[in-house]
Amino acid sequence: MSAAPLVTVENLGRSFDVSRPWLNRVIEREKRRLLVAAAGVTFTIGRKQTFALVGESGSGKTTVARMMVGLIAPTTGDVVIDGVSMTARGQDAERRRLRRRIHMIFQNPYASLNPRWRARDIVAEPIRAFGLAGSRGDVDTEVSKLLRLVGLDPGDSGKYPHEFSGGQRQRIAIARALASRPDFIVCDEPTSALDVSVQAQTLNLMRDLQDRFGLTYLLISHNLAVVRHMASRVGVMYLGRLVEIADVREIFRAPRHPYTRMLLEAVPDLALSGRPRKPIAGEPPNPIDPPTGCAFHPRCPHATDRCRREAPPLTTLPSVMVACHGVTEGRI
Amino acid sequence: MSMDSPLPQRQPGVLRRAWDSDLAWSFCRSPVAVGASIVAAVMILAAVLAPWVAPHTPFDAATLNLMEGFSPPGEPSPVSGRVFLLGTDGQGRDVLSAILYGARVSLLVGFASVLFSVVLGVSLGLVSGYVGGRTDALIMRIADIQLSLPAILIALLVFGVARGLIQPAYHEEAAIAVLIVAIGLSNWAQYARTVRGSTLVERNKDYVLAARVMGRPVTAIMREHVLPNVVGPVLVIATINLALAIIEEATLSFLGVGVPPTQPSLGTLIRLGQQFLFSGEWWILLFPALALVLLALSINLLGDWLRDALNPRLR
Amino acid sequence: MSVPVLSVLNLRVEFPTRRGSLTAVDGVSFDIMPGEVLGLVGESGAGKSVTGAAVIGLLDPPGRLAGGEVRLAGERIDRLRGEAMRRLRGKHIGMVFQDPMTSLNPLMRIGDQLVETISAHLDMSGDAARERARVLLSEVGIPAPDLRIDDYPHQFSGGMRQRVVLALALAAEPRLIIADEPTTALDVSVQAQIIALLKRLCAQHGVAVLLITHDMGVIAETADRVAVMYAGRIVEIGPLRAVLAQPLHPYTQGLIGAIPTLDSELDRLVQIPGSMPRLTNMPPGCAFHPRCPRVLAPCRTERPPQIDVARSTAACWLYREQAVAP
Repeated sequence: MSAAPLVTVENLGRSFDVSRPWLNRVIEREKRRLLVAAAGVTFTIGRKQTFALVGESGSGKTTVARMMVGLIAPTTGDVVIDGVSMTARGQDAERRRLRRRIHMIFQNPYASLNPRWRARDIVAEPIRAFGLAGSRGDVDTEVSKLLRLVGLDPGDSGKYPHEFSGGQRQRIAIARALASRPDFIVCDEPTSALDVSVQAQTLNLMRDLQDRFGLTYLLISHNLAVVRHMASRVGVMYLGRLVEIADVREIFRAPRHPYTRMLLEAVPDLALSGRPRKPIAGEPPNPIDPPTGCAFHPRCPHATDRCRREAPPLTTLPSVMVACHGVTEGRI
Repeated sequence: MSMDSPLPQRQPGVLRRAWDSDLAWSFCRSPVAVGASIVAAVMILAAVLAPWVAPHTPFDAATLNLMEGFSPPGEPSPVSGRVFLLGTDGQGRDVLSAILYGARVSLLVGFASVLFSVVLGVSLGLVSGYVGGRTDALIMRIADIQLSLPAILIALLVFGVARGLIQPAYHEEAAIAVLIVAIGLSNWAQYARTVRGSTLVERNKDYVLAARVMGRPVTAIMREHVLPNVVGPVLVIATINLALAIIEEATLSFLGVGVPPTQPSLGTLIRLGQQFLFSGEWWILLFPALALVLLALSINLLGDWLRDALNPRLR
Repeated sequence: MSVPVLSVLNLRVEFPTRRGSLTAVDGVSFDIMPGEVLGLVGESGAGKSVTGAAVIGLLDPPGRLAGGEVRLAGERIDRLRGEAMRRLRGKHIGMVFQDPMTSLNPLMRIGDQLVETISAHLDMSGDAARERARVLLSEVGIPAPDLRIDDYPHQFSGGMRQRVVLALALAAEPRLIIADEPTTALDVSVQAQIIALLKRLCAQHGVAVLLITHDMGVIAETADRVAVMYAGRIVEIGPLRAVLAQPLHPYTQGLIGAIPTLDSELDRLVQIPGSMPRLTNMPPGCAFHPRCPRVLAPCRTERPPQIDVARSTAACWLYREQAVAP
C-alpha cells in the first residue's frame, strides 16, 4: 500500500457554541460555553481500503464523517481528498468536481430517501445533477443498471420508498451513492437500523461493490463485529478524540487503549465460549462538561494523577497509534 | 436479479390508487363530508356556469323592467306575468340570477386570494425555515404583524393605499385585482408559520443531507425536496380559509369598499338588500344571505373533514 | 413440579382491516418458570412485540386477542378487562420498554413515582415506602440514592434512566417482568451493564423475565431459554446453549450464521435470500419455505407442528421422523 492515500485528515476539529443568549450571559455573568465535538483528528485512508471509525454516543464520529463530505465546516484542520482540500479558499471549482466522486450512505433508511420521490428519481438525481447521461432514455438505462447492481428489480423503479422494506431502501440509497461513479463513500452506521439477516445481505453487497469498483469506504459504526468484517484499519474515538488507530487484526488481537479493551469486552459472546470478561464501568460522559486531562480517566482502571491532569497525545508505536499515558509509560 | 417478486408489476393508475386509498374510503363513510361536498359542488358549478344557467341577466339594464320590481318569490308578476323563483329586487332584477352571478364573483375573489396567500406564505415559510438566521427572524416578525392585525383592517389599508396609487380612471378595472391582493395579504402568515415549522424538521433529515452532499443548489433543494413534503397541511388550511376569504370579501363589499357596483358579489347583494328587510320585501336580503352561509358552511365542513381524515396519517 | 409463572397457549392476535383480518400472532405457545429468563427473539415484523402486548393486555386497537389463553401462575388473565387488568398489571407484571421516557413521568420526581407504585400495590405508605424506594435505587446501581431520589428523569443519563425504570418495574414485587428491547437505545458499553443488572436482580428477587429483542447478543448474555419467532409463529424454542450451538430450524441457523462475530473467520456472512413475508402475503404451509435452503415437499402445503427434538422443539418438517406418534 505504498501509493498515496486517497483521503488525508489533518488535525480536524469542530466546536459548537452552546452559550446561553447574550442577554442571559451578561445578566447571569456566565462564560461562553463551547462543545468540542471533535479535536485533533488525524488519519489517512488508502485507496480501495475501508477505514472504520468506532465509538459510542458523544465520540464525535458522526461529526467527523459530516466534515469529511463537506456538510459541516471544520473549525480547525483540513480534509484533503485526492489532493483537493475541502476547506481551502480558491479551490471552489475543484471542490465542485470533487463532489461527484464522494457520496454518503446514512443510518436511517426511512429518512435517507425523499418519501415523495419515486425510486428511479432518487437514484437518477446524481446522474442528472452532474450531467452524466444525455437523454431521458440514457438516464433510465443507467438507473435500471444500478438497481440491478444492488439486487433490486428495475420494474419496481416507479414505486415510492414506503413500498419497500428497510433493507431494500438501504439498497436504493446504495444505488444512489453509486450513481455518480464515486471513488469515496462515507457510510454512517449503514446497517444499524436493519435486521440481522438484512444486515448480512447489505454488508456482503457493500463488500462486493467495493471489490468490483475499487471503492474507498469510511465506515462509521459502534458495532465492533461489523467493523471486523468490513474494515482494514480502525480508529477508535472517545469524546471527540482518536484514542487508538491500528490495522484491524492488530486491534482485535491486542487492543492497547483501555477504552478499546472495554469495547471489546462489551461485545456479546454468541459462541458462548465463556471467555472471561471484566465488568464495564460508568457511561460515556457529557461532551458539554468533559472530564479534565484524559477524558477516559473516570472509567479507567489504570488511571493515575497524570491522567487526571494531562490529556495524552496520540503517540506512534511500532504497530499502533495510541493516546494513553499508561501505554506509553509501559504500565499497561 | 430481484430479491423479492420475479415479475415486474405495472403500477395502477393515479385515479385507481386515489379511489382505493384510505382517504377515499373515509370520505365515503362520512355523511357530513359527502353532503357538504355535494352542496359545495352544486353551488360552485352553478356559479361558474352562471351565464348559461341563470334564467335572466340581472345586470343587463336593457332586459330590466322596473314594473317587475319587488315581485315576491314564486308568484307571477302583476305586470308581465313572469314568475321569478326567488323574487326580484327594487330594479326588477331576478334575485336567483343575481345570486348566481354574485356567487361567481365571490368565488373568483375567494379562490384567487387564497391562491395568492398560499404562494406568498409557502414561499416565505420555506425560505424562512431553510435559511434560518436573520432572514428567518425578519420574515417571522412581519408575519407576527400580519397576525396581530385584524384581516379586515389590513385589507382596508391595502385598499386605501391602492386607491391612492392608482389613477381614478382605472379604479373600477383594478378593483377586483386589488381586492384579491388585499385579502391575500391579510392571510398569508399562517401558511408561512406552518410551512416554516415543517421545513425546520425536514431540513435536518438525511435525504436533504444527501442532496447537499451532492452539491445541489439551495433553491433546488427547497423546491424539489422540501416543498413536496411540507405542503400537506397547507391544503387543509387553504380549504378552510376559502370560506373565510369569501366571507371577508362579502364583508368588504358590504362595507362598500369591495367589488365595484357593476360586478356585485353576494356581499353587495346583502348590502343592497338590508334596507328592505323590515319593509316587507324580505327575499331581497334573505336569499343572498342564505346562499353565502350555505357556500361558506359547506366549504368549511369539507375542510374540517379533510383535516381530520389526514391527521392520523400525519403521524 | 411447580406452576409456570406465565403460560401462553395457542395465542392468536388479529388485526381486522377493511381488506380482511390479518393474523399477526398465529398459535404461539410457551411457558416461563419462576426465576427463568425466556428470550423471545425475532426480526422486525415477526410479531414478538405484539405477543408481549397481548400477554399484558396492551394491544393497540383494532388489534384483538382472537384465540388461545394466557395464564399467570395458573389463573387465566386474557379475559380480564379494565380495572381488574390494571390492578394485575401494576402488581404482578412489571414492564421495561425501549424508551425510558415511556415509563417515566417527566414532571414527577423519580422518588415520588416509585413511592406511588409501591403504596398502590404493597401495604406500605409514607416513610416505609420511601425507604423501600431508596433501597431499590441502590440495588439498581444508582450512586448516592439519598440525593438522587428527589431528582427528575431529565437529570439522569440514558443508562441511569433505564436503571430507574427497572427499579420501577421491580417496585411492586412482581412475579414477571416483560422487557421489550430494553437496551436497544443504549450505548454498547451501557447495554452490557443493564443486561447484567437485569439478570442479576431478577435472579435475586425470583422474578421471571420475558425478554423481547431482535438482538441475539443480548439473548446470549441473559436468557436461559430462547424462543425464535418468524412471521407470527414460534419456529424453535429450547435451552440457550442448544439453540445457539445446534440450531434446529433452518431460519435459526440462517439467523445465527448472519451475525458477524469477533471470532468468525468467514469472508462472507451467511445470508438468507428474500425477506420475511408481509402479513398480507403469507405463504401456505410453513411460512419460511420460500426462503428455506432445505425445503421439502410437505413444507409447501402443510404447516409443521412443534416437534420435540432432544431438549428443544422445532416447527420443521425436517424432523418429521420424531413427530410420528408412537
